[in-house]
Parts: sequence; C-alpha cells; structure tokens
Amino acid sequence: MELLSNLGLGFATAATPANLLVCLIGVILGTLIGVLPGIGPLATIAMLLPATYKMADPTSALIMLAGIYYGAQYGGSTTAILVNLPGESSSVVTTLDGYQMARQGRAGAALGISAIGSFFAGTIATFLLAAFAPPLAELAFKFGPAEYFALMVLGLIAAVVLAHGSIWKALAMVVLGLLLGMIGTDVNSGVSRFSFDIPELSDGIEFAVVAMGMFGFAEIIINLEQKENREVFTDKVKGLLPTWDDLKTAFPAMCRGTALGSVLGVLPGGGAILASFSSYALEKKISKTPERFGKGAIEGVAGPESANNAGAQTSFIPMLTLGIPTTPVMALMVAAMMIHNIQPGPQVMSSNPALFWGLIASMWIGNLMLVVLNLPLIGIWIKLLSVPYRVLFPAILLFCCVGAYSINNNVFDVFMTIPFAILGYLFKKFDCEPAPLLLGFVLGKLMEEFLRRAMTISRGDATVFFTRPLSATLLVLAILLLAIVFLPGIAKKREEAFQGED
Amino acid sequence: MKIRNHRDVVAGLMFILFGVIFMVASRSYNMGTAAKMGPAYFPTVLGGLLVFLGLLISAGGIQAKAPELRIEAFQWKPITTILVSVALFAALLPKMGLVVSLVLLIFISSVASHEFKLRDTALASVVLLALSWVVFVKGLELQFPLLPLFLAPR
Repeated sequence: MELLSNLGLGFATAATPANLLVCLIGVILGTLIGVLPGIGPLATIAMLLPATYKMADPTSALIMLAGIYYGAQYGGSTTAILVNLPGESSSVVTTLDGYQMARQGRAGAALGISAIGSFFAGTIATFLLAAFAPPLAELAFKFGPAEYFALMVLGLIAAVVLAHGSIWKALAMVVLGLLLGMIGTDVNSGVSRFSFDIPELSDGIEFAVVAMGMFGFAEIIINLEQKENREVFTDKVKGLLPTWDDLKTAFPAMCRGTALGSVLGVLPGGGAILASFSSYALEKKISKTPERFGKGAIEGVAGPESANNAGAQTSFIPMLTLGIPTTPVMALMVAAMMIHNIQPGPQVMSSNPALFWGLIASMWIGNLMLVVLNLPLIGIWIKLLSVPYRVLFPAILLFCCVGAYSINNNVFDVFMTIPFAILGYLFKKFDCEPAPLLLGFVLGKLMEEFLRRAMTISRGDATVFFTRPLSATLLVLAILLLAIVFLPGIAKKREEAFQGED
Repeated sequence: MKIRNHRDVVAGLMFILFGVIFMVASRSYNMGTAAKMGPAYFPTVLGGLLVFLGLLISAGGIQAKAPELRIEAFQWKPITTILVSVALFAALLPKMGLVVSLVLLIFISSVASHEFKLRDTALASVVLLALSWVVFVKGLELQFPLLPLFLAPR
C-alpha cells in the first residue's frame, strides 16, 4: 500500500540522528516557551527563522520548527493547570478545570491526562495527515486563482467568526491586516506602495516584526500594568498517573476532542486555539452533568488538550498540500520553506517526498518524545515558573530584539516593532483581537494576486467566482458561516462559550 | 446621544482613520480597471471597507443597548520604559555593540516593573550576556559588533 511505503520513507528520514536531535531540540524548546507565559510559538519561530537559514537541510529546519509548535501545546497545559495562567492561548480552556483539579490536589492526574490525551491525538492526527494529504494535493491541482481567492475569503471569514468578541471588530482587524500587508512593492506594476520614501519599507514589513510587536511586546506591556498574584501549586504534584476511573471518563472526551480538533485544524483560521475552545464547549454541552465544568471536570481537560494537539498538527495539511498558510504559525513555516528555495504547493509532495513524509513522521516521533519527557521533567518546568516575571520579561525583550535584528541584519526591523507594539497595546485596550490582523497581513498580497489573476482571466467579470463550482462552494460556505453567526440563537451560544474564560 | 461603549467608539474611529489614510495614499497610484487592476485598486476598495466597518463599530458603541464599557487607564510608565529601552537598543547596537546595548535594554526595561530589584537585574544582565554570547554569537553566528566600535580590536 502506498501509504505504508510513504510512511516508511518518512520514518527513515525522520529517524536519522541529525533529525532526531533537531526534533528533540524543537520539542524541548517548544515545551519551554509553552510553559512560560508571555512568549509563544509564534514569536519563537519568528525569532529562529533567520537561524534556519544556516541549516543545510530544509527538512531539519521544518522538523524543529514544527516541534516548537506542537511542543508548545504540551507546555501551555502545564502552566494552565499549575498556575491558572495559560502558557499558550490554546491552553486558556485548560485553566478552567485543570486549575480546579490542581486545587483539589489532583494536579498530577490533570497533567497526566493532558499528556496522554495529547499523545493520543497526536498519533491519530499524524495518521490523518499521512492519509489525507495525497488526495488533497490532487484536489489542489484543480485549484485556479478564483478558487484560491475564495479559499482565502473563507479562511478570513472563519477567523473572524471564531475570534473572541465582536464580529465587526474582527473583520475590521482583518481588513487592516490586509492593508498593512500591501505595504511594499507591488509585484505586477513594480510600484512601491505606501513606503513613504523609506527604502526598507519597499520590501514590505517583515511578518516576524509585526508578530513580535503586537503579540510579544504589547503583551509584556499589558502584563506590567497589572499587579500579579500567582498562586503556584508546586509542591502538591505527586502521583502523576491518573486513576483508572479518570481514564475511563476521559477517554470518550479524548476521542471527541481528537475528531473535532482534526477537522477544525484544517480550516483556515483554525488550528490549536479554535480546536480547544470548541472542544470545551462541546464537552460541556453534551455532558449529563454540566455543572461539574469549571469545578474540576476531567473531560474539561482531556477534550481540549486532545483537540489542541490534533488541531496543531492537522493545520499543517493546507500548508503542505495547497501551499496556503491558514494560521500565522503556518505562514512562518511557508517562509522557512521559501528561505530554502522550496515553493510551497501541491507539487512539494512529488518533488520533495523526503521532506514531506519526513516532516509528517517527525510529528509522531516528536509526540513520543514529549510524552516521555514531560512527565519526568515536570519538576524542572515548575522550577522555571518560579522565576519572577520581572526577570523573565527583559529576557523575552532581548530575544525578540535580537531576533528582529537578525532577520536582515538591520536595526530598522527592531525599530519597526515599536509602532506595532503601540498598535497592539491600543488594540488590547479597545477589545480588538490581534490574531485576525496577523492572518490578514499574511494573506494580503496573495489575495490581491489571486483576485487580479482571476479577474484578468475572466476579463473583468466578477461572477466568475460563482460560476466555477469549487470557488462557488467555498464562497457559499463563507457566506453561510457569516450568516449563521448572526442568527440570534448562535450569537448567544458564542457569548456563552467565550464567557467561560472570563 | 451618550457614548456608552467607549472602547468600540474609539476603536471605530481608529479604523476610520486608517481607512482614510490608505485611501488617500492610494491616490498617487494607478487605479486601472476591474480586468486589469492597478496598484491602487485593491487598497482603495479595502480602505473604503475599513471606513465603513469603522463607522459601524463606532455607531454600535453609541446605541442604547450597548454595554457600558470605559477604556482601562493607560499607565505611562510600562509602555514608555519598554519602548524607550527597545529604541535605545536598536539605536546603539551598530555603534556601541551588543554588550552596551544589552545591558541598557535589560536595566531600563526592568525599571518598568513595579517589582524592580537592582541586584536581580544586575545578575540577569550578566547571565543574559553570557547566554547571548553562547547562543547568538557562537551558536547561531549572528553578525553584530560586541564592543563599542571605538574600543574594538583592530
């Protein structure tokens, strides 16, 4: 069976000593930054992107960066359970029941279930990736510019619908992101747009700069405005294994979470965050005893943890098959591939099979490393959490500044983080979600390009998006999504789901 | 007409401002036609959309059924100290080298925290200097001057 031979190639590639080492480095680093609040996989991968240029083998680079991403999902749960602080935005829901379990002296069980659930989900997601990537890539060959444009519209709408808070504000953030992405040289006409005579802006604003400013620095500034009061459960962690009862209750939740996460991860705008929120909402909805949620219900930890891991891994599918980044982290992966002169798209599977299958196989290996490492290393992560924030944040600032500098060896990029930090800070004050802006920023020029081409081919006829079947389906889905959100019943449910974390 | 949701109203105004800026800036480029879009086409459309959305958002903040939300107070110390420290780092790195810039960054940004302790910050600077040397200079082979240019060995 072709799947087996592909996986064989994958494991052979991923299991070389060099790749095993980078995988290990990636997952450890990922867990580390996952545990530390205030720095996430986005900023870290952005920082390391220039460094991957030095790596000879693009496969190794991607393995490491991927390890950071799903490793962070593991790490984020540790902080969420022990300190009631989500280390990652996808761990927010884990704080709801995980922390309560810790307060009841069941931190070990929560941590254990979280690791087991994540591994279970990771294994299944890896398999799904391997099974579905080839047919999807086949489908992708049928995609023309109209379809790509429609897909991006769907992605941005999905990101808006699933963002926290007001739809209109999220939509505005997307549009602003699209506009900011247009700064730079227009490929078609060679005109340098919105660069105000600053030469460095002709190449556009570096994505990592926007990410670091809006997500990294703004977060630090906001954190410093608040007085912290962290109650850390460091000494009550014994008995890392959940009881048999725990496992029995958690298992169905794990399965549901994995299924949900796998589907949602593929959606543009989806990924780990969406998956974990949806899983929590689902578990609460179908539970026979919903009042236990928020008080230490183990399904509230098992479901989201499985979902966020599955979502993190399946979010690689659109990037690897269609070449389209569906989340900001995937955008960085695309950037990593392009640094090594690999054009992302459906042809990657046939032209670089070792890279493709090697990356997929490395995800399972990484998951294995994580579950083996995490349980014994919890003690170390806990020690790390006791490092006071006043020492931590200058370190984060330093790494971001050096990272920003290293993109082009130009301090201009460091200076550019400042306006974005201000913007990010203001947006937080006004309850505007920054993530949709980032997605819009990444897709801006691409969307314009596809729109242009589609319109040129159709000679100015805008109905082309609806006359081509694939494109029409995607756009109709987008419209449906938008409509559903405005229906009164759903609007209320959305509010409830988001109120869970306030 | 009372402003109920301050956050929405101000956010909406910001969006309108950005939309207008982009639309005005696009006027120096060619619009082209729908079939052959010029560089100004997409930005103008998007700018217009942003203005429209901004109006919607601001309007939403004035409605009677809008939640009463004020903007949380701006604290000047954290944001100015952090951003000044970053700016100084960027400004000094090329001429004064990593050592000076790093120490300044760490010290100035640490002041932003209300839990600032001089000894901890000094210790952190030393540790981070060592770490940076290992990871950035030796490990990743990033290129920047370490010592101030006028002190560098010839």
